Amino acid sequence: MIRRLFDIIANNAVPAVFIIISAFAIPLSGYSASYLIQELLTRIGRNSFLILSLLIPIMAGMGLNFGMVLGAMAGQIGLLFICDWGIVGIPGIVLACLIGTPIAIILGIFCGHVLNRAKGREMVTSYILGFFINGVYQMVVLYLMGWIIPITNPALLLSRGYGVRNAVSLLGIRGILDNLIPTVITGTQGAGQFFNAQGGNPFILLQIPLIDGSIRIPLATLIVIALFCVFIIWFRKTKLGQDMRAIGQNQAVSDSAGIPVNRTRIIAIVISTVLACYGQIIYLQNMGTLNTYNSHDQAGMFSIAALLIGGASVSRASIANVFLGVILFHLMFIVAPVAGKNLIGDAQIGEYFRVFVSYGIIAIALVLHAWKRNREREAARRSLRGNKGGE
Amino acid sequence: MIGRFIQNAGWPRIIIALFLLGLFIAAPFVGVRVDTSLSNTLVRFGMNGVMVLAMIPMVQAGCGLNFGLPLGIIAGLLGATLSIEWNTEILAKLVELGTVYKISWLNEVFVTNWRAALGFASAIIIAVPIAAVLGWFYGKLLNRVKGDEMMIATYVGFSSVSFMCIAWLLLPYKHPTMVWGYAGRGLRTTISVEGYWLHVLSDALALDIHTENIHLYIPTGMLIFFAVMAFLVWVFMRTKTGTAMTAVGSNPDFARASGVNVDRMRTIAVVMSTILGAVGIIVYEQSFGFIQLYMGPFYMALPAVASILLGGASVNKAGILNVVVGTFLFQGILTMTPSVINSYLQTDMSEVIRLIVSNGMILYALTRKVRAGR
Amino acid sequence: MLLRLDHVGKEFYGNRVLSDISFDIDAGEIIGLVGENGAGKSTLLNILFGMPVIASTGGYEGTVQVDGKTVHFTSPNQALAAGIGMVHQEFSLIPGFTATENILLNREVLRGSSMSYVFSDRVSTLDREAMNSRAITAINTLGVNISPDMIVSEMPVGYKQFIEIAREIDRKNTRLLFLDEPTAVLTESEAEILITALKKLARSGIAIVFISHRLSEVKELCSRILVLRDGRLITDQKAEDLTTRQIASFMVGRESEKREVQQPIEIPDNPIDTISASEMLNPSPKKKRKKIRPALKVEHLWVDMPGETVRDVSFDVMKGEIFGIGGLAGHGKLGIPNGIMGLYPSGGRVKLFGKRLILNKPRAALGRKMAFVSEDRRGVGLLLDEPLDWNITFTAMQTQGRFLFGIPFIFQMRNERAMSKEAQKFIDQLSIKCTGPHQLASELSGGNQQKVCLAKAFVLKPDILLICEPTRGIDIGAKTLVLDTLREYNRENGTTIIITSSELEELRSVCNRVAIVDEGKIAGILPASSPAEDFGMLMMGQTKNNNDNNIDIENVNVNVNGEGEISA
Repeated sequence: MIRRLFDIIANNAVPAVFIIISAFAIPLSGYSASYLIQELLTRIGRNSFLILSLLIPIMAGMGLNFGMVLGAMAGQIGLLFICDWGIVGIPGIVLACLIGTPIAIILGIFCGHVLNRAKGREMVTSYILGFFINGVYQMVVLYLMGWIIPITNPALLLSRGYGVRNAVSLLGIRGILDNLIPTVITGTQGAGQFFNAQGGNPFILLQIPLIDGSIRIPLATLIVIALFCVFIIWFRKTKLGQDMRAIGQNQAVSDSAGIPVNRTRIIAIVISTVLACYGQIIYLQNMGTLNTYNSHDQAGMFSIAALLIGGASVSRASIANVFLGVILFHLMFIVAPVAGKNLIGDAQIGEYFRVFVSYGIIAIALVLHAWKRNREREAARRSLRGNKGGE
Repeated sequence: MIGRFIQNAGWPRIIIALFLLGLFIAAPFVGVRVDTSLSNTLVRFGMNGVMVLAMIPMVQAGCGLNFGLPLGIIAGLLGATLSIEWNTEILAKLVELGTVYKISWLNEVFVTNWRAALGFASAIIIAVPIAAVLGWFYGKLLNRVKGDEMMIATYVGFSSVSFMCIAWLLLPYKHPTMVWGYAGRGLRTTISVEGYWLHVLSDALALDIHTENIHLYIPTGMLIFFAVMAFLVWVFMRTKTGTAMTAVGSNPDFARASGVNVDRMRTIAVVMSTILGAVGIIVYEQSFGFIQLYMGPFYMALPAVASILLGGASVNKAGILNVVVGTFLFQGILTMTPSVINSYLQTDMSEVIRLIVSNGMILYALTRKVRAGR
Repeated sequence: MLLRLDHVGKEFYGNRVLSDISFDIDAGEIIGLVGENGAGKSTLLNILFGMPVIASTGGYEGTVQVDGKTVHFTSPNQALAAGIGMVHQEFSLIPGFTATENILLNREVLRGSSMSYVFSDRVSTLDREAMNSRAITAINTLGVNISPDMIVSEMPVGYKQFIEIAREIDRKNTRLLFLDEPTAVLTESEAEILITALKKLARSGIAIVFISHRLSEVKELCSRILVLRDGRLITDQKAEDLTTRQIASFMVGRESEKREVQQPIEIPDNPIDTISASEMLNPSPKKKRKKIRPALKVEHLWVDMPGETVRDVSFDVMKGEIFGIGGLAGHGKLGIPNGIMGLYPSGGRVKLFGKRLILNKPRAALGRKMAFVSEDRRGVGLLLDEPLDWNITFTAMQTQGRFLFGIPFIFQMRNERAMSKEAQKFIDQLSIKCTGPHQLASELSGGNQQKVCLAKAFVLKPDILLICEPTRGIDIGAKTLVLDTLREYNRENGTTIIITSSELEELRSVCNRVAIVDEGKIAGILPASSPAEDFGMLMMGQTKNNNDNNIDIENVNVNVNGEGEISA
């Protein structure tokens, strides 16, 4: 009983701490509620899909998939091509996904094979693999594109004639998904202002008197994310999902029961990589600019940190963790610099604080996981003796 | 002997060594001077050698590759900045001592001629105890997470670097050459060590031949310093404790059955690694000329890890030879690719090559079958 | 005829482990399979289940028939398809899964969906209700009451065993079920439930092969009993025609020839310890107590060694004695020396020459001049990646400060020359085949590695030497050499030696006295000269040796009956 209570506290300690931090930091920042809600909605739409892509490898016992940056790179390559070909709007996004998918699948299969060779240290291996593939990606994008791989749009290329520029504008698809079904919530006074500013009618307009100002909702993105959640819930119920859960808990037993362990692990990584590819495309259509050499870099770290802040662990994560995590993490992200500035007079401190929190939280989650695993191993050994023993 | 070395070395090392050899051979044809390249390689070797050396104790004690090297680097940065902050006080104290004990030559010799050396020594003297304390906690932590050391070390490194980012802003440093001019507080991103201990090792006994035909610069002092450090590590690994440490890494169960306190050995190894990391970064800075704060130390573990692996070490076995060979190869590649490849392809591929070589090397080591430890 | 084996045999690299096994099993029959470790049970099972290890080592001789048709399984899945199921001794359950999920692991009931045509069955969803009802059916067949939603990790050990069996029952076509020591982890009442359930299963037509060392259970459950020894089928008889004593004697082998055995060197002060079966029957007047202090006195020792748990063990070892510890694998005999040396968490009291030994600290044990040769040669015994001189001298260097130069506690470096010299001495003495003291330990053969382990212990000049499985995995020639070395060492130095081994014959030939461990406790301690079947009886759990050394009257009676029948 007491143990169970302890477990509940231990499992939710991280989100609880963040809620407390936010409770102090929000008033300090001085942001209005509608601003925060708007920002959070935007960020939920922007980041959730990426974070959701982490769930399946966790289910298969492969830990946090630091290799998701592979998928992000695949997505970016897809985006570079549609930019070059000048395909805009929804067709552009769909085409980027279509180009990214096979690349993500190939990278995922490669990653899966590498991880099967490094069982027991999947995380550090996938992490280094991310760097390694980053090197290959840079080689392709910086040297081969425009030289061997045809890229014709001069706006994309560096002045030397090959290699892609550092910043690529994604104007053609910017916000396309977010604004596919324009939805706005306004307070009563805010409505008029909004129409003036936008010069168009929203598809759906909700009026809630309590809100001052107006909040735009990226409805289509949220629908895509919801569909994805349904996919994950369904996936958990399939035979494949069941097999992954089994492998996640005990590979040897699963193997002896005839489940193809290595193959299933590769499938888990491939799914994660492909989804990360779509996640990155959704992320970038919201951002509107692609930092060719940096965008993917932090996708993995921020997604993992958000998931962990949502209360997930290395071996257990749910959809609820994703959304709680994305809200808490980004709440901190929005308010920390301003709160830091108002508190100490230096925005830089808040900036560093959130970076510190991102890394710190991952470190703590990893430590707790390893610690718990080693303790469980010891407890399992002790239980062998039964109650028959001496002292 | 040679056959065995090749067998131990494995194909990635051979390929990279041949690649480097090829670069040296190709250099004259694209107008890159071999002697300058060699000098640069030697300088970089001396700069990075001690940090690569820091990998040995932890690898030998079975704690894996020290991705947490930034922790040691932070101790080194603290030592370096504090040595500048207190530079005047330290020197004044020595002068005072000289007057009190009537040793007038102390004032003469140490304070005037050896100012830089004193500053450098004080940086190390300040850094080492900090590194020891940090390393002790770090070692205790790693003992509790056996089996996951490398991933946790990575994030311990990252979080300590980002924590120090906040600390660099808040710590009450006052020295005008180090803090931001406009705010009057908060350390700058890069701090020059010029006027303190710039090139104090590099230029000591340096061989600098600069004639029409030969441009050779050998940082003898720095290389000697590396040799001394390497010798100390070599001696340590041969002591009773060092032997026990090696046995712990080789087979912890054997060591335990032989009455060795495994956790204690691992802690000692981590402390040593951290201290070497601290000393290593100070050596690096005196040659580089700048102290890089904030996110500077962030990715510093990866080149060191890659170097020792390139030198033929595995995840649980490493020696001085691996450090020397690996650092030379890795730094050689880093020196030669920009100059040679760039002159050939008219483009800078060094960053990409560095990423692929270093991470490919680590990946290779991680996916190699090691004896199943328990 | 469900299963028939015809002259089945097997050789591993010229080493015969199974020869000329022929028997058959009918539907609904329950057969007891009994044998010591190494008798060939596991090889037989591996052949029947088509384990890859058999095919990769050259297959087997003879034929196996199922339903009168010759079969040759090359993978366990084929055996499963033919209706042969197996419940292993170690649980193969997923801890976080429910009973249902485990029973139906990889045999889940699926809802058909259009997706499954496009991809594969693996994207169909699970039909949880149908799965539950199937699980309940399987559990009910066993006559136990376990909720299908219970998580396995929260179950008592006994339940897990039932879940394992339910998994095999659920397999529609299972007709022959092998159970490897299914009652070892059960309480008495659970064991009874299981036996009832198995009888019920057999009535429904499933044949059962019950492998157990608990002879009373075997006799109660089985209709026929097969005894394997040294790879041969010794007997195949109706259970009611056999007494437990007969089974025991079949299992360990009867005295075939006179051989030299070591006599107990001294009568310890606790007479029960050395009482033999004959003395039990005709108690002689109590012998005069001699005041001899035991070299090692173990009281109520428990050890948490995975797979070799020691529950409560007490015994004395006299100075200069060679003391054997035997018993079946998994019963805790290896736990005793490992626990005394502090390698696994342990408790109780151990006295060395009258002074208490600090447990759980290998250093303390080593400091008291005890030396240990581990059964896990490659895992614990050796530094495989280091040269021989390291292996041989390391322990002495760390615990006794030898092979070093410099100032103690301040600066001591290893003396490589002294190390090599010492290593060379033992290489010559034990004739270790190697290129020299600098060869890596991993490059040596098993027998030579074992000699290195012995050398490592000898270097310590121990008062008490604990050796586990001294001859496991080494060839005959090396075996004799190792045992002779031990005997000689004992004779020359008067060192007390405790040998733990699964090979009873080996213990009886070297030791003065042999203790038999059964289920984590000492079943009895007999002089090596006692008849082999007495040891066999102890191994089969036929003598309960309580800690107060009370003799179980019932079992003594069994002994009397048994002996009578054999002599008749």
